Amino acid sequence: MAMNTETIFSRPKSMTEKVTHYCPGCTHGIIHRLVAEALDELELREKAVGVAPVGCSVLIYNYINCDFLEAPHGRAPALATGFKRLRPDMTVFTYQGDGDLASIGTSEIIHTANRGEKVTIIFVNNAIYGMTGGQMAPTTLPGQITTTSPAGRDASKTGQPLKISEMLATLATPSFIQRTSVHDPQHIIQTKKAIKEAFTYQKEGRCFSLVEVLSTCPTNWGLTPSESNKWLKENLMNFFPLKVFKRPNDGEDSK
Amino acid sequence: MAKVLMKGNEAIAEAAIQAGCKAYFCYPITPQSEVAEYLAKRMPEVDGVFVQGESEVAVGNMIFGAASTGKKVFTTSSSPGISLMQESISYIAGAQLPAVFVNIMRGGPGLGGILPAQSDYFQSVKGGGHGDYRLLVLAPSTIQEAVDLMMLAFRLADKYRNPVMLIGDGMIGQMMEAVEFPDNYEEPETSSGDWATTGASGREPRIIKSLFLDPKELEDNSWELHDKYEMMKKDECRNEAYNVSAKNKILITSYGTMARICQTAIDELKDEGISVGLFRPVTLFPFPEKALQKEINKKNIKAVLTVEMSTGQMYEDIELANKGSKPHEFFGRTGGIVPAPEEVKEKVKEMIKKYSVSSGKNKKNNRGK
Repeated sequence: MAMNTETIFSRPKSMTEKVTHYCPGCTHGIIHRLVAEALDELELREKAVGVAPVGCSVLIYNYINCDFLEAPHGRAPALATGFKRLRPDMTVFTYQGDGDLASIGTSEIIHTANRGEKVTIIFVNNAIYGMTGGQMAPTTLPGQITTTSPAGRDASKTGQPLKISEMLATLATPSFIQRTSVHDPQHIIQTKKAIKEAFTYQKEGRCFSLVEVLSTCPTNWGLTPSESNKWLKENLMNFFPLKVFKRPNDGEDSK
Repeated sequence: MAKVLMKGNEAIAEAAIQAGCKAYFCYPITPQSEVAEYLAKRMPEVDGVFVQGESEVAVGNMIFGAASTGKKVFTTSSSPGISLMQESISYIAGAQLPAVFVNIMRGGPGLGGILPAQSDYFQSVKGGGHGDYRLLVLAPSTIQEAVDLMMLAFRLADKYRNPVMLIGDGMIGQMMEAVEFPDNYEEPETSSGDWATTGASGREPRIIKSLFLDPKELEDNSWELHDKYEMMKKDECRNEAYNVSAKNKILITSYGTMARICQTAIDELKDEGISVGLFRPVTLFPFPEKALQKEINKKNIKAVLTVEMSTGQMYEDIELANKGSKPHEFFGRTGGIVPAPEEVKEKVKEMIKKYSVSSGKNKKNNRGK
């Protein structure tokens, strides 16, 4: 028997064996694994430094098995800039939620993208503040109930959800920007491809890259994990269409 | 190296280069923008990194990221900009990284003005950001001393893995003086091999963070920081005394450019037959408390006068050392108004008159006109 066994699925080297602290049904675990697989396949783990955000994924450094920095809320792209400028030979990535990146960190993400820093941003958008207990985020959908929009988000007072990928795609600086989802296996595979493409651009020293991953928050959405996947598909994906917004070869490479 | 005539801001920039610093991040603000202008040209000559960030908030955090590489990094700003950097300074102190910050102070609070002041003493010395931490704070009084202390700042930052803040009032940045850079300066080896996030190759991953969710771990980190600060207090106090004499009745305490103006007042008083001494802290944290007490406790000293370009901030640390033992008065101008030697002389003469006869009450007065 032993002679015929073959390992066809195992933990990526870039993932530790720690059990994550995420809620049941949360998709952070899947996205962490996709990042780890990409680091493995591109052989980047030993020369990578991740930058953790503030939010649910603040403890990502316990799960991804490479060097890490823990940034103040929203500032991960600034840390990534400082690090990458001094160590262009290393792979630098941030992992940020929508509260971190699309609210308090808007200035940092826009200017990091505009300077064309050759770093990779994994932007996890679940349209809510998870860690602090389900408050309205800049990405919360109109009418969506959260603890700070108990009657549903009133777009006339709080504005429309912020579309970060669309905004960043307007910048003249070349970059790779794609929005994906992880609500079913087909989209998980697509997300993996996008993350790997993003890291490849960085490995080749080509451009800034950002993958926006639509994600669920069953706990704060008040839905079961499977209902959450359905809600993502029927609501979130309508407002945030899945798309490659930009590839570096769309224009000239940044130098 | 021969002496060269340089503006303070440019001398500070060149001192960083001479100290082996290869990375500077900045956001323009008066009165220190010449540092950025100088380094925009100079950094490429030494294959260094120059980045103009989108805000002081971002710049402070770029410093945080850059310091994690283990290389020497620094930034400069002025009062309102330094306020914006406090977030990153607190994180850098908590994560125990070396970095050098320079504050060429202008008058505040708020947008204040653009002229010289010393009103960020509390912010620098007492902790401008959140949490139990301290900065090593250096205060030059000449451009040459700014150069020397800049080079020292990188060594101390690395030695203690702690942010160092060099504070100069606007005059330190804007004034021109002849300065000399050391020949054959030898860069000490850094400790970064033990902690920098250089990639987990052949070792366990390293995490640079200030987050400790376990209260015991956070307490341990805070006490570890505390122990460093105690070591600094023991080993890093620096100060200078001027015109110490048994004839002195009044001891002036002052720092930075203000101390030089006091020296002029002291020289002029000497011509009038009045002898007065000066105690100048060079490190504001650690504060040279013991050396100061030695001067205050001298029998001939009847009273202490603290002179600052603020409404009285270092005054409180002087008083903590004085512990009410001698009468202690204050004279200050602020908002960009620099006290003239005449004003200091007038205040000294008034105090000599008051305290020569009998010991007076401990009383703080006195704003400028």
